[in-house]
Amino acid sequence: MLAVPQAQPARRTLRLEPPRSWQMLNLAELRDYRELLFFFVWRDVKVRYKQTVLGAMWAIIQPLATTFFFALVFGRFGGMSKQVNGPYALHVFVGMMPWTFFANAVTLAGNSLVGSSHLITKVYFPRILVPLSAIASGLVDFAVSFGVLAVLMASYHVEPTWRLAAAPVFVAGTVAAAAGAGILFSALIVTYRDVRYVLTFVVQLWLFATPVLYTLDIIPPQYRLWYALNPATGMISGFRASVLGTPFPVGVILVSSIATVVLLAAGVRYFVQVERRFADVI
Amino acid sequence: MSSDAIAIERLGKRYTIGAAQVGAATLGESLASWVKAPWRRFTHLSGRSAETQFWALSDVSFGVASGEVIGIVGPNGAGKSTLLKILSRITPPTTGYADLTGRVSSLLEVGTGFHPELTGRENIFLNGAILGMYRAEIRRKFDAIVAFAELERFIDTPVKHYSSGMFVRLAFSVAAHLDPEILIVDEVLSVGDLHFRNRCLGRMQDLRGEGRTVLFVSHDLTAVRQLCTRAVMLDGGRLVDDGTPSDVTRRYERQHHSAARSATGAADRAQPPRGYHLRRAELRNGQGVVTSRFDAGDVMEIHLWSSGRAPENSYTAEFKLLNDDDQVISYGAANPVRDTYYRADDQHFVCRLGPLPLTEGAYSLTFSVGVWNVERWDAWTKAIGFTIERCDLFRTGHGVANINDGDFVINQEWLIGS
Repeated sequence: MLAVPQAQPARRTLRLEPPRSWQMLNLAELRDYRELLFFFVWRDVKVRYKQTVLGAMWAIIQPLATTFFFALVFGRFGGMSKQVNGPYALHVFVGMMPWTFFANAVTLAGNSLVGSSHLITKVYFPRILVPLSAIASGLVDFAVSFGVLAVLMASYHVEPTWRLAAAPVFVAGTVAAAAGAGILFSALIVTYRDVRYVLTFVVQLWLFATPVLYTLDIIPPQYRLWYALNPATGMISGFRASVLGTPFPVGVILVSSIATVVLLAAGVRYFVQVERRFADVI
Repeated sequence: MSSDAIAIERLGKRYTIGAAQVGAATLGESLASWVKAPWRRFTHLSGRSAETQFWALSDVSFGVASGEVIGIVGPNGAGKSTLLKILSRITPPTTGYADLTGRVSSLLEVGTGFHPELTGRENIFLNGAILGMYRAEIRRKFDAIVAFAELERFIDTPVKHYSSGMFVRLAFSVAAHLDPEILIVDEVLSVGDLHFRNRCLGRMQDLRGEGRTVLFVSHDLTAVRQLCTRAVMLDGGRLVDDGTPSDVTRRYERQHHSAARSATGAADRAQPPRGYHLRRAELRNGQGVVTSRFDAGDVMEIHLWSSGRAPENSYTAEFKLLNDDDQVISYGAANPVRDTYYRADDQHFVCRLGPLPLTEGAYSLTFSVGVWNVERWDAWTKAIGFTIERCDLFRTGHGVANINDGDFVINQEWLIGS
């Protein structure tokens, strides 16, 4: 069933030597360790649902509750609902779905390495699996929230359009952006513990820098492309447009896509550069 | 290339300690040190920074032929753990290289990655994957693993409900079903009960019979003599001895165990290891006076001090009482024996022992700290010695000496039959 890599070259010699100045991500090795990634995700999901009374319900309650409060405070009291076409609560929920995933993934991935120090000091595996598994396990909750979305859309009588076909692209983009930020923060936190507090703060501010509670329309057109340097801007706007069937903000999506690729590359780059000394400093 | 399974060439590992330690840095400190960098470079040139750098391992070269079982001995802080960490790919060397040929498994502890909330079954898969087994392989060996651990009835119970013995059995059973060409093992055999230790040793002997290459670090010199085909000794990060297990362990004992005997009742660790460690021991009599002379029936207070950052905040201290022939004759530990747990980083342990039922003669104590049955952070072998000057427990005026009469006296009454 599985290609066992040790089987063909019977005796492979592994050389352990001082880190070179320029490290590359070893993709072949990541492929060999894909089962371990699966087991880490499986463990995270299993443990999360075992330890809570409500189990998978949290995946539904969290975005619903935040949507409710934001819709009440900003929509009803703050008058934001007038700036949005269609039901404000649905608008917020559609933004809150990828945002909840993104924020949880970045926070969990950022703290994941420090939380796995017992593994890192005792056994070898590609360290990047740790933040990656934290991100991947958040996808389960994300998937569950699609069920809630279907119910909400039906109750607001919003019908899906052909644009919905583009939603997986924006989900993938959100995952890539979360991976970039999560991997970068995880490596930073190993070396500099105080970045942990910075991360909490950054994620809180990031929400307001992203069109979750409002739409892109309130940003003056001349600033929108700058605004799209936030990778979450394009991914969440694009996701919302594909779900609600509104026009895609193409320029913003393009700039955010480039920003996502840059963030992911920078995160991975920094990570592989410092990963070999994790066990010494963790 | 040679046919060696392991070839180690001029391997070295430098750690930076003290104020410049990377791990303790915060981003703020890092920025501050960047600002100060020109000044530091200047002091670096004048040679002042040498004391903040520490070579845990330097210029170590040796080869291990395929099928050899090699024991690594050496005092605490000799570089044994660092060598294992490099060979296990946990940390990179600073200089030199090591070539490993064949499938490598390394076992620096048993039960790495076990999650208390998961069941035994789930943990077998998780731990197996962490140790480098494929899912298909684990599935194939699953029944054998469960049977070896003798845990068929509890396999679907979360391991948080396991006793520590069950936990170790399951963890070891997974590890025992690894199928490596090269096995790297740390002191894992020193935890657990006698039954468990014997099974570990048995499994190691199997590996030896199958022609696997094993690299084995231990304080247990008897195990090294029994299992290994060759031994090397490290001291101060350097390779200082290489030969047959009996020769190397004998030389090691001669160098490191004779100085441990203290005549004063107080001992400080000569070269404490870098991690969490025991640093001072004192023996006091019932009046609180530090001494190494006791009589049978006296109470002894053991005072023990540890330093460093405790890796976990619920741990235990242990002692082993050794007789003149270095046989362990008694044992005590805080949590399994008295249900006491320690939490602080710098701990002052006090253990009141007695009345001592010992016969006249010389004894010594070995101390260790760690999570009982799971992990031993530090062991201080034959830390301190004492003598029983007089053994006259029944106040008859006749002493009992351990040369011919055993190590201790059981309370006894002699009756005259009717």
